[in-house]
Parts: sequence; structure tokens; C-alpha cells
Amino acid sequence: MDQRGIDQAAAPGVSPLAGAPPRPPALDLSGAGSRRLSEQIIGVILFACGALSIVTTIGIVAVLVEQAFEFFLRISIIDFLTGTEWTAAFDREYGVIPIVVGTLVVTVIAMVVAVPLGLMSAIYLNEYAPERVRAVLKPVLEILAGIPTIVLGFFALTFITPEIIRRIFPEAGVFNALSAGIAVGIMVLPMVASLSEDAMRSVPGALREGAYALGATKLEVAWQVITPAALSGIAAACILAASRAVGETMIVAIASGARARLTLNPLEGMQTMTAFIVQLIAGEAPRGSTRYLSLFAVGALLFLITLLLNILSQYVVARFREVYD
Amino acid sequence: MTAPAYADAEHRAATAGTLEGTSNLGWRHRVGQVVGSSLLLATLLAVVVLGVLLATVIARGWDWLNWGLLTNTASRFPERSGLGPAIAGTLWVIGLMALFALPVGVGAAVYLEEYAPDTRWTRILQVNIANLAGVPSVVYGLLGLGIFVDILGFGRSALTGALTLGLLILPVIIIASREALRAVPLSLRQGAFALGATPWQVIRPHGLPAALPGIMTGVILAFSRAIGETAPLLVAGAAGAILSRPDGPLSAYTVLPVQIYQWMQRPQTEFRDVAAAGIIVLLVVLLAMNAVAILLRQRFGRTRW
Repeated sequence: MDQRGIDQAAAPGVSPLAGAPPRPPALDLSGAGSRRLSEQIIGVILFACGALSIVTTIGIVAVLVEQAFEFFLRISIIDFLTGTEWTAAFDREYGVIPIVVGTLVVTVIAMVVAVPLGLMSAIYLNEYAPERVRAVLKPVLEILAGIPTIVLGFFALTFITPEIIRRIFPEAGVFNALSAGIAVGIMVLPMVASLSEDAMRSVPGALREGAYALGATKLEVAWQVITPAALSGIAAACILAASRAVGETMIVAIASGARARLTLNPLEGMQTMTAFIVQLIAGEAPRGSTRYLSLFAVGALLFLITLLLNILSQYVVARFREVYD
Repeated sequence: MTAPAYADAEHRAATAGTLEGTSNLGWRHRVGQVVGSSLLLATLLAVVVLGVLLATVIARGWDWLNWGLLTNTASRFPERSGLGPAIAGTLWVIGLMALFALPVGVGAAVYLEEYAPDTRWTRILQVNIANLAGVPSVVYGLLGLGIFVDILGFGRSALTGALTLGLLILPVIIIASREALRAVPLSLRQGAFALGATPWQVIRPHGLPAALPGIMTGVILAFSRAIGETAPLLVAGAAGAILSRPDGPLSAYTVLPVQIYQWMQRPQTEFRDVAAAGIIVLLVVLLAMNAVAILLRQRFGRTRW
């Protein structure tokens, strides 16, 4: 609009020279104003889409903090954090240590399964595998990563427990932490493998070639050159996997049982923080009751633990990354 | 015999200082081979686990697969139990979720990739999205319970489930879409900008179509994750046993994995077999979606530039 206005205003000023050649038609920039307006509207809409993630975070924190705060008005936070008896399902004792220890046991077992196997797979795929083998194995890992956790829970309950664990340890319970931990390990294995492989892949080729030129064998290149160079990425992958294992719900809810027992024996059933949340929901705790509020207190603790692990993994990458350029 | 004697002597002289290392070369290679094959075995273990898992599920559930399983409603009798309401519920929840998460996720990706200035706020936004991707899904369930059920009053409805899952997969969609947009060459954009196009006139007709295959691949993978999610929907109110298909966004619902979980909780072992049959159905759906994603990637993976 402005453009055309200026153009027309200028025209009389030019015309006094009679017989001047006809001016070429002015570049039509009509609509520039409305373009600018619609552009701004679109910009605002897109900005709002991006900002929704901040709103989500605020929503999560607000819901957890508000309800957990109400919970801590009824149960002292000291008792919650130091109590060794968790019978929230019966609205009696709210000492969170048994389900924190349960989470810890399952996570440690999962890492014992996933870290060595994932790391070995990553080294194999990155250093040893011929292209054709790689083209088969990578999709298999991707499919394994896409298996829903409820299916892995079913696998733990109907195969790992009866066919493996109770054959080796007849004293193990139908529900036990070992079975759940192994299944969680299977779940996070593809994540450890693919993130570690990414880290190894980003090590500059010159390092590898230099080591080969010095006469190193394949294994020495993989283990003494590439792995140390990619160590920050590998460590970050393992921490992220641990965070995922801490937050895993269905596998433990199915395979590890519903009794919160304070024990370190993985052959016994124990409850994790996540499994407790699902169990209590199934019991339909009335809204506003202490049991209902305890959901959010446990959820807040869970959120805090996973957030710290995620931040730690980002810190490890930022702080210890080997830069070669 | 064929090797000249001087070569050996020269070799010995050259390696006099590192005799140990060199004389061990054969040994070092052998160690490398042994370790290499154990690495292969470790990798193959994943294949074995996947195979045993599928075999276990198919062995238990195969005999229970029939049309009744797909159409019947929940029942006390295992042979009359079916996934009818669960399939309808999954379609409702995923459909509503797509309406919400698809435009918002791609919009956020376009904002971050094409519009956002390089400021502190933008960096906070990026870190925040990365952290949201790491929040356990059950916590999203608590978010849905606290906000959509309790505060907004949507109840334990398909809409609550859809919004909860939508927030859960939003970071995944944003991250995948950003990568797809980033892969579009700069020259395409610069050409359009040079002709006087506004940012939106560059992205809508040029950037988005070029990035579409990549975006769709990421979106399909995110959706298949959403279809397999159990915990957030259990917490945010998917019903246990339900006899009718949902007839609107605000009606009660259940979804495939929640129905499977309910069957697994039953004491009768027959219901475990029905659960296995349900898992086969779920896996077939997910496999089909993954196949589409792989096809898209292969068909449009190498594009014209």
C-alpha cells in the first residue's frame, strides 16, 4: 500500500517534462503490507507452538509440586525420605526408601545387561561389521527398540522368569526384580548401542588411520583409540539409558510384583516408584486422599532423579568431550 | 627359503628396540580375532532375544487369533474376549492426538529452525525440549491426571488420553522435524529469499515439501511409539474393562496395550494366551507402520538435490 502511494505521488512531479518517454510500469509491490501482517501472525503462531514445550514443563512441575506440597503437609518430608516402610496402598506407612531401593536394584541389573552388550554391539557395528552384516543388524536393533514395553513385560513374566530364572534359581519368586531388570536391560540395550555407535562414528578418521599406520590391530584401534576418544559420548549414552531404566514402568509393574519390600535380593519381588504409581491408579484412590497425593510425591521424586541424570549426561558431553579439530 | 636372508636381518635390526611388540604381532591378531568374534556373538544376542520373544508370543497367542478377537468386546470368558473397543479407542486417541501434535510439533520445529533468533531464550527452548524427551512417560500420565482430568474437567476420556500422548511425543516430532528441515539445502532457501519472498513464503512452498518425507518418517515412528504406550494412559484414566466403543472425544475408552495389560492381570492362564494374541495384533500394527516409514525413507531418501 505505502509503495503504490509513493509511486503515484511521485508521478506528477515527473510529468512536467512534456514528451518524456512513457515510464515503465512500476513494480507491483501491492500487498506487501498484508504480507507483512500475515507473516507476523504466522510468526506468532509458530512461536506459540515452540513455547508450548515451556508450558508443558511448567505444567509438569506445577502439578507435581502443588500436589506433593499438599502431601507433605500431611506426611513430614523427613519421614517420607527416611522411612523404610512403604504401605501406601493401604494408607499406612509412607517411607519411600523401599521403592527407591527397588528402582535402584532394577536399574543396576538393567545396566549390567545393557552396558556391556550395547558397547560390544557398538564396537562391532562400527569397527568390525562388513557393510552387509551391518545392514541386517542395525534394523534388528531398531525393531528391538520399537517393541512396546508391555510386550517386554509379557516376555519377562512368561519366558524370562519361568524358563531361565526359576530353572537356575528354583527359590526365585514368580515376581522378581531380576527378571524385570533383565527385560529393562533388553529395552535400553538398543539405546546404549546406537548412541555409543554415534559417538564412535564421530571420532575423526585420521585417528583411526594414524593408529593403523603405526601397526595397531583392529582391536587395538577399537579399544585403545576409538573408545577412549568417544568415551564422553559413551558415558552420556549409559547415563541416558539409566535414566530411561529408572522411568520404565510397565515391565516392572508386570514382572516385579506389587509388594514394596526393602531388600537387595533380586530373586525377590519388589516394587519400584513407577510400578507403585500404576498399582495405585488401578486401585482407584479417591482424589484428594493422602494415597492419591502420594502419587504426585513419588512422581516428583522420579521426575527429579531422571532430570538430574539427563542433565548429568548433557554435562558429561559438554565437559569431557574430546575435540580434535 | 624364498625370502632373502638380509630381509630377516634388517627386520631384526629395525625391531631390536621393540622386539617384544613385533614378535607378538601374530598373537595380537589372534586376540583381535577372538575378541572380534565374541563382539559378533554379543551383537547376535540381540537378534536371538528378538527371535525368542516373537516365538514366545506367537506360540501362546496363535491359536487365539480369529475375527472374534478383533470385533468382540471384553468378556469374563477368554474365548469371547475381544479387542473391538480397544481398537476403536486406539483409533480415537491416535486420531485426536494427530490433530493436535502434528501441527504443533511441525510448527515448533519450523519456528526453531527458520524463525528463532540465536538468543538465550531459544537456547533455553532447545534444552527444555531435550529434557522433556527424557521425562518418564508415567510422569506425563500424572500431568494428564492433574491438568486434563482434574483442572480442565475432560474426565477420563479419549480427549485426555490424546492430549497426554500428544505432549509425550511432541519432543520426538520436534526433534525429527528439525533434522528433516535442516537437511534441506540452504541454496533452496537463499534462492527464494533473493526473489523477495518472506520467511513463510520460503518455508511453506519450498522448505516444508522438501523436508516432508523426513518429517513423515519421524512422525510415523513417534505415532507407533504412542500406540504402544501403556503407563501414561493407565494413569491418565484409560478404563479397565469397557464394553462399548467410544462414540466421541469425551467418552470413556481403552486402548490396545491397556486392554492387553488388563488381560495379563487376570488370574486365569487362558487370559495370558488372549493377551499374547492381542500382542500379535499390536505388533502387526506397529510393524506395518515401521514398514511404511522405511519405505518413505527409501523412496524419498535420496531426493533431487
